[in-house]
Amino acid sequence: MSDARSSAPNRYSRYLVVAVPYLWLLVFFLAPFVIIFKMSFSTTAIAMPPYTPVFETLSDLWTRFSELSFENYVWLTDDALYIRAYLSSLRIAVVSTIFLLMVGYPIAYAMAKAPTSIRPTLMMMVILPFWTSFLIRVYAWIGILKPEGLLTVALQFVGILGPDQQVRIFNTEWAVYVGIVYSYLPFMILPLYAALEKLDGTLLEAAQDLGCRPIKAFWVITFPLSLPGVIAGSFLCFIPIMGEFVIPDLLGGSSTLMIGRTLWTEFFSNRDWPLASAVAVLLLLILVVPIVLFQNQAAKAQEKGR
Amino acid sequence: MAKTLGPVKRSFAPWNDPAAKPYIQYQGITKRFGDFVAVDRLDLTIYEREFFALLGPSGCGKTTLMRMLAGFEDPTEGRILLDGQDMAGIPPYRRPTNMMFQSYALFPHMDVVENIAFGLKQDKLPKGEIDARVQEMLKLVKLEPFAKRKPHQMSGGQRQRVALARSLAKRPKVLLLDEPLGALDKKLREETQFELTDLQYELGMTFIIVTHDQEEAMTLADRIAVMDKGRIVQVATPAEIYEEPNTRYVADFIGNINILEAGVTATGAGRTRLAAEGVAAAIEVERDCPVPVGEKVFFAIRPEKMRLSLDEPADTTVNALTGEVWDIGYLGDVSIYHVKLDDGPVIKATMTNATRVVERPITWHDRVWLTFARDAGLVLAA
Repeated sequence: MSDARSSAPNRYSRYLVVAVPYLWLLVFFLAPFVIIFKMSFSTTAIAMPPYTPVFETLSDLWTRFSELSFENYVWLTDDALYIRAYLSSLRIAVVSTIFLLMVGYPIAYAMAKAPTSIRPTLMMMVILPFWTSFLIRVYAWIGILKPEGLLTVALQFVGILGPDQQVRIFNTEWAVYVGIVYSYLPFMILPLYAALEKLDGTLLEAAQDLGCRPIKAFWVITFPLSLPGVIAGSFLCFIPIMGEFVIPDLLGGSSTLMIGRTLWTEFFSNRDWPLASAVAVLLLLILVVPIVLFQNQAAKAQEKGR
Repeated sequence: MAKTLGPVKRSFAPWNDPAAKPYIQYQGITKRFGDFVAVDRLDLTIYEREFFALLGPSGCGKTTLMRMLAGFEDPTEGRILLDGQDMAGIPPYRRPTNMMFQSYALFPHMDVVENIAFGLKQDKLPKGEIDARVQEMLKLVKLEPFAKRKPHQMSGGQRQRVALARSLAKRPKVLLLDEPLGALDKKLREETQFELTDLQYELGMTFIIVTHDQEEAMTLADRIAVMDKGRIVQVATPAEIYEEPNTRYVADFIGNINILEAGVTATGAGRTRLAAEGVAAAIEVERDCPVPVGEKVFFAIRPEKMRLSLDEPADTTVNALTGEVWDIGYLGDVSIYHVKLDDGPVIKATMTNATRVVERPITWHDRVWLTFARDAGLVLAA
């Protein structure tokens, strides 16, 4: 076996296998990032593309270092709008992740405890929404949440709301939370389910046998052992929610400030590509911390699984 | 240690004492899972300080019986008394029993000390007492150097010790052991068996062990209950189970045995005369016959209770079988000979390899005689 592994043709084919994803990342992630990164040091110009040219090579970078414009980054820290947008995104991402955990954990737990025969069906139901367009599903929430929408009608019908009262959450942050929790729920449930499903039931029996009540056993056995799933699910949701654009744009109205929308406005409305690039670069830097944490955790979990 | 235990253990036989107070009582227990009857109208009494084994093949209901005592399953019918108290409706976390699980079920996110302390913490004992008890347990199972290890950093044998220490830490009234040595290799298993009996004697606790390994049950237990299809077939000491099995099932399950179908030709006080198919000689057994003359019974004899010889015995009319050696199994300490009777079945007989002669005097295709004493065999009705 080890002989076969070290033989030359085999080794090359192994490099080839690894090369494909790296090449993919290089072309579709690193290259665009370098372009954006360069752009963020430029200034706007009435041209096509709408910014002044910047360095082309690394040696070029040294010679033209003085010409680089850090103005965009200075601008970002100066203008309270951007700081507020970043902070607001951070807050919405944190709060949504907590909501997602609160909603997702019981669902994942119930799925893991369900009879083995119906688990595939439950799994299917979690994944099913992916079969329709994300955009359409968010639009559907407009129909539900708007003042004269389905939710109002339903609550009026049940009698919780009077005939002239309306639900006032559309175009507020609450509508954004509803949209985010709905859209990201599968990303929270699946890693949680994976962690909970692996849990050995005899551990809970052992805990009970040793005098631990079932509710306490959940907190001292089940929850700690599902932490890798909690962490994976949280990061899997938190990171994309930080940069979320569609949901706050469609459901949050003008009052909801999120960095993704700011970015879009700078890019397409103000046509300030360099500033938009700076916003994007900074967003990435903010996200690098949780991404690295997540990778670390994932590596640790893998190590443990061995 | 074991030497001083011997006489003490021999004198321990509360099951023969009508005045002895039962400690654990299963009364008319039935357990059904849907249509499947796991335990069928079963009665069983276990005494305090007894090391009791539930023995049987997988699916015979032995584990269910134990889990009902631990509280993980509720009996469909009947009741279980522990120390006089009806266990019905008492949840597992309030029962004075602790269980050592087959998979050990150690908490993977806790180290050895935390695992052992878990049960004590549930009782909200003061910290000093918990620490003292944990140290005592670590010493008992000789795991002091591993106190801070996590389960995945330990060998199977060490994990087994942690599981044992954890289940003993609360000093339960009854310790339940579910196939406790199943995951260990043979050598370690034998060592651990003796340690377990010593431990049980030292602690003076009642132990119940579930196992499918007859050797394990024989080594460990004061009494064994042999189970089959949800019922108990026989409850007796290891020696009684081996020497006086009450059915073919028990005889066959414990050790090696030859069973011949035979007709009863004559009976008398303490003696029975049989005629077995394919056997020219009559079989005489110094035992009462359970059925009248003319009925069918089973003659059972263990391989080590027969003499194997190349020479024709003086009396070939009683308790003498003849045939050809078909197969020889050399096991080191003994050799097993498979002898095909002339018109009958294959009989197994063992010979102790007392000398270091590599060339055996009896070899394949030899014509041999098998003889046995009148008290060597058994007459079984079923």
